[in-house]
Amino acid sequence: MKNWLRQHRRSLTTTLARLARTPLASLLNISVVGVALALPLAFYVILTNLQSLAQDKAPTPQISVFLAMDAQASDAREIDNRLKKHAAIAKFRFIPRDQALAELKEKAGLSDVIASLGRNPLPNGFVIDARENTSAALEKLRDEFKAWPKVEHVQLDSTWARRLDATLQLGRLIVLVLAALLAFALVAVTFNTIRLQILTQRAEIEVAKLIGATNPFIRRPFLYYGAVLGLAGGITGWAIVWAGLWLLNDRLGSLTQLYGTSYALRHLSLPDAASLCAFAGALGWLGAWLSASRNLAEFDPE
Amino acid sequence: MISFNQVSKRYGGAGGYEALKSVALVINPGEMVCITGHSGAGKSTLLKLMCAIERPTSGSVLVNGQNIGTLPASAIPFVRRNFGLMFQDNKLLYDRNVFQNVMCPLDIIGFDAADAAKRVRAALDKVGLLGKEKALPVTLSGGEQQRLSIARAIVHRPSILLADEPTANLDAAYAVELGELLRSFHQVGVTVVIATHDEQLAARLQPRRIVLEQGRITT
Ligand SMILES: Nc1ncnc2c1ncn2[C@@H]1O[C@H](COP(=O)(O)OP(=O)(O)OP(=O)(O)O)[C@@H](O)[C@H]1O
Ligand SMILES: [Mg+2]
Repeated sequence: MKNWLRQHRRSLTTTLARLARTPLASLLNISVVGVALALPLAFYVILTNLQSLAQDKAPTPQISVFLAMDAQASDAREIDNRLKKHAAIAKFRFIPRDQALAELKEKAGLSDVIASLGRNPLPNGFVIDARENTSAALEKLRDEFKAWPKVEHVQLDSTWARRLDATLQLGRLIVLVLAALLAFALVAVTFNTIRLQILTQRAEIEVAKLIGATNPFIRRPFLYYGAVLGLAGGITGWAIVWAGLWLLNDRLGSLTQLYGTSYALRHLSLPDAASLCAFAGALGWLGAWLSASRNLAEFDPE
Repeated sequence: MISFNQVSKRYGGAGGYEALKSVALVINPGEMVCITGHSGAGKSTLLKLMCAIERPTSGSVLVNGQNIGTLPASAIPFVRRNFGLMFQDNKLLYDRNVFQNVMCPLDIIGFDAADAAKRVRAALDKVGLLGKEKALPVTLSGGEQQRLSIARAIVHRPSILLADEPTANLDAAYAVELGELLRSFHQVGVTVVIATHDEQLAARLQPRRIVLEQGRITT
């Protein structure tokens, strides 16, 4: 166990020494990885900001339930009861037909037209706020209300919610595709870096094998190098995005002040940042592992 | 103990060149053995078979009772650690200094750093290179490089030392010195196997002689 720890510590030291021995190449490699990661990361941050902005500022969609013209007061009471008991409903309001007519007259200035009708064409109605404003939840409620007795028509203005949903989903897809592409790039970069390292250390590897080094021993520093490369790249990517947001917020601050409001873009959350770095480290490890497995095999005797 | 049982080695697959033909021999612990023969006789090949750098085409090579030919690849490194190896072409690491070159085998085995440094110094002292710890191999003379090669071979205190042409490119005086060094390991119980075409070395050390000719043992 102690020996094992020592071996790993030594591999890590070897790795860091290798990084330090070629500082320029190492920095360039780390920057390449960092920039590659910064791109999908920036998208992701913008997306989460948009999402929370949309949820704060969007008008909450309401469901309107219109009763049949022949519905009695008892029918309205029944609906009222059901809505009160419903767990998915935040609040609702009953709008009697007379009130609706009065409002219409006032608002639209249609009093002449309405007067000429002679009777009230509007049904009794309820206006409902749901607890959850996703389009899926709202549509489920709409379908449920439709089946209730004496309900003539249910209207849901969910277009906006649906558009938002679809846009965000598209955004997420773009982030995913970008992330996948750039993850591939990260693996490729480490693969190639490790391949070059193995080539330049041919003599060392050959001798080590001849005098009794095991394959894991030889592979280990390369794996560490890959992981460190990925990790450092992840941190760089995060730093790039952080700096970008900071600059934007700086500008945004003076702009929104002019309008008397304040708004600041949110930074990547700590768990998100940590998982980004872990992910990048793992990808670097993977690239190094693939490269080492492939390129060290040549050293085995036939 | 090393024992060869009807060992043949053919390079380059079927139809390739047969470097060793039906070799049988036993080397007991603590023995000093000189393998001589013309260039191309198969001396290096014989040493490479002992430490599993090459595998026999047929027959079996036993080292301390283990059949080298059938061991899984993952076990080979541990077999190699029984040996101290001096290669015909030295195989020193030219981008590392003398100290780091000798440190190499201990790194691989996983010695504690302080312990290892002590052993490295002891080995360098033994071959008379203690003052050149920081020197790079290219700045050493041929004889010094050969001694560095010995230091690296014995630093982990192997029970068997395999030396391939240890006196190549050395003048007579250096060769004598080096022979004495090898003898000193034999005297403390290390099995020493030397492949050489240096008749003087062989005559001086008075080891057991094995003569190869065209891949066969003649004596
Ligand atoms: N890896 C190899 N592939 C093909 N042929 C080889 C290989 N190694 C050695 N041989 C051949 O096997 C024969 C024996 O080689 P070996 O190196 O064992 O000879 P040697 O006795 O050590 O010669 P020298 O005194 O020149 O070092 C030679 O003819 C050589 O060409
Ligand atoms: Mg030879």
